[in-house]
Amino acid sequence: MSDFQWPWEYTFPPFFTLQPHEETRQQQLKVWADLFLKYLKHLNRFTLSINEQNFPLYHNETLKRRLSPELILLILEQLQQSGHAAPLDKRRQEWQVYWYTLEEYGNMVYDWIQETGQTNSICTLYEIASGENTTQQSFHGVDEAVLVNALRLLEEKGRCELIEMDGSHGVKFF
Amino acid sequence: MNRFAYIEARLNPNESFVSRDRNVKIYDGDQKTEFEEGEVVLTSHRLFWGRPGEIARAAVTLCLPLHYVISLSEETTASNFFGRKTRIIMHLRPPQADKGPGPLDTSRAAHIKLSGKNGLSVEFHSALRETISARVWEVMITNEMVISSPENKAASGSEDRLARIQKRTGIGGIERHLEAKAKATDENIALAFQDLSVLMAMAKDMVGLSKTISGKIREQKGEISDDETVRFKSYLLSLGIDDPVTRDNFTSNTAYFNSLAQQICEMLLDPIEEHGGMMSLADVYCRVNRARGLELLSPEDLLHACEQLSGPIRLRSFPSGARVLQLESHDDALIAIDTLEQVQAATSLAVEELAKNLGISLLLAKERLLVAERLGKVCRDESVEGLRFYPNLLLHPVEN
Repeated sequence: MSDFQWPWEYTFPPFFTLQPHEETRQQQLKVWADLFLKYLKHLNRFTLSINEQNFPLYHNETLKRRLSPELILLILEQLQQSGHAAPLDKRRQEWQVYWYTLEEYGNMVYDWIQETGQTNSICTLYEIASGENTTQQSFHGVDEAVLVNALRLLEEKGRCELIEMDGSHGVKFF
Repeated sequence: MNRFAYIEARLNPNESFVSRDRNVKIYDGDQKTEFEEGEVVLTSHRLFWGRPGEIARAAVTLCLPLHYVISLSEETTASNFFGRKTRIIMHLRPPQADKGPGPLDTSRAAHIKLSGKNGLSVEFHSALRETISARVWEVMITNEMVISSPENKAASGSEDRLARIQKRTGIGGIERHLEAKAKATDENIALAFQDLSVLMAMAKDMVGLSKTISGKIREQKGEISDDETVRFKSYLLSLGIDDPVTRDNFTSNTAYFNSLAQQICEMLLDPIEEHGGMMSLADVYCRVNRARGLELLSPEDLLHACEQLSGPIRLRSFPSGARVLQLESHDDALIAIDTLEQVQAATSLAVEELAKNLGISLLLAKERLLVAERLGKVCRDESVEGLRFYPNLLLHPVEN
């Protein structure tokens, strides 16, 4: 895995302090949200805990600056607004973060199913997320928990049906 | 003990009885004497010591005028059976030449002690302290000249009784004593202020004098070197405003504050320009009062006057609550750009560093940075090392 290319802001100390100036703050949060997604994609991680003190994303060791939990929460809420994150617990400490929005994931999976003519057949989630056939797809490697959420959204639209089998999920597309 | 004299135990006019105690012995310095088991009577002026009954008979007894007493102290000794007892030590002035004959006239000790079998009673002790600090004998000497005319004699008899009651100790006595002290303090203060007003009147003359001198200097420019003239003028300037606006000259507050504002404006225009267009109210207060010399302004008056300011200088309140005087021409945008230049030159700046660089107060430096921040020119970095400001690269990234 190649080294992550940090943006220049990551070495700029004020980047780690919430800016009071409205416009600056918007820009700051935007860059942070972008960085969160990029970094998690780089690591292929889909969950994030606010309390993970020494996570490089929160903590620039050479600069001796770290994000305060409040600021992390603010960034995650920003991501939630754009549909790229969702809290996993009520205290909003554990978060699910995803590169594409759930809707985008759902559409991508459905497009792929249609292209490969798998409508009306049943797939396992493993096949979709990690199967050999999907290696070229952008949703390859997606977290199964995220995938389930995306498929639930599809299910609401009547495009598929989730089936529970021995604790794992299967899905039938229409 | 050579301050004692043999005197009949009678009260003088104006003298009043204060307290008595029994079974008292006197020490000459630290030496025991034959004067034991006696009775002491304290009056407003003197201390008598006699064998039991002698004082009541008005016989000749030992007498110590209280004006000899410099101070009192006490020592505590262990008594055989009764625990601890307290002795009073009286420190005395040297004897006067005209003192009558007394006991132990050859003694050299500069203090005596009063002691009893069980120590002295608390009442007597406190009465003694109070009497000594009241120094009634000093007052009476001056009063005597007025009151001692014969027709007052009869009246003074009843007054004496009254005084005797009044001089009694207890809470009333203490209160009266405090009252007298407060009165004396009041008089002192009034006196002090009298001096001050004289000084202020003098100050006007001084300013007048300095004016005529400076006028003369101007006339005779040739004789004195320019350098000296300049130096002298600077002295005169430091004397302050020739004619300070004072409240006395005005009937209405508004007129007073308006002209005060005008004077402040004239006076501070140059210094504020020198200071980069802004001056905190604290600085203004110091400068104005320094220039006014003796006609000092209260902070409230200054503030009111500043609120009246219009024209080149005006009062400005920052969102943080800090208030400054600012040149009208002084624009936030300009401050922000100027501050940004400072920050850029140093990569990042803390408040203290900016204050040092520009030679302004911390308060103003902070306001400058906050103004620049509000306009998006700089951004902040809060860390354990404190607050620093950086150029706002987040909004205006450097073009690579």
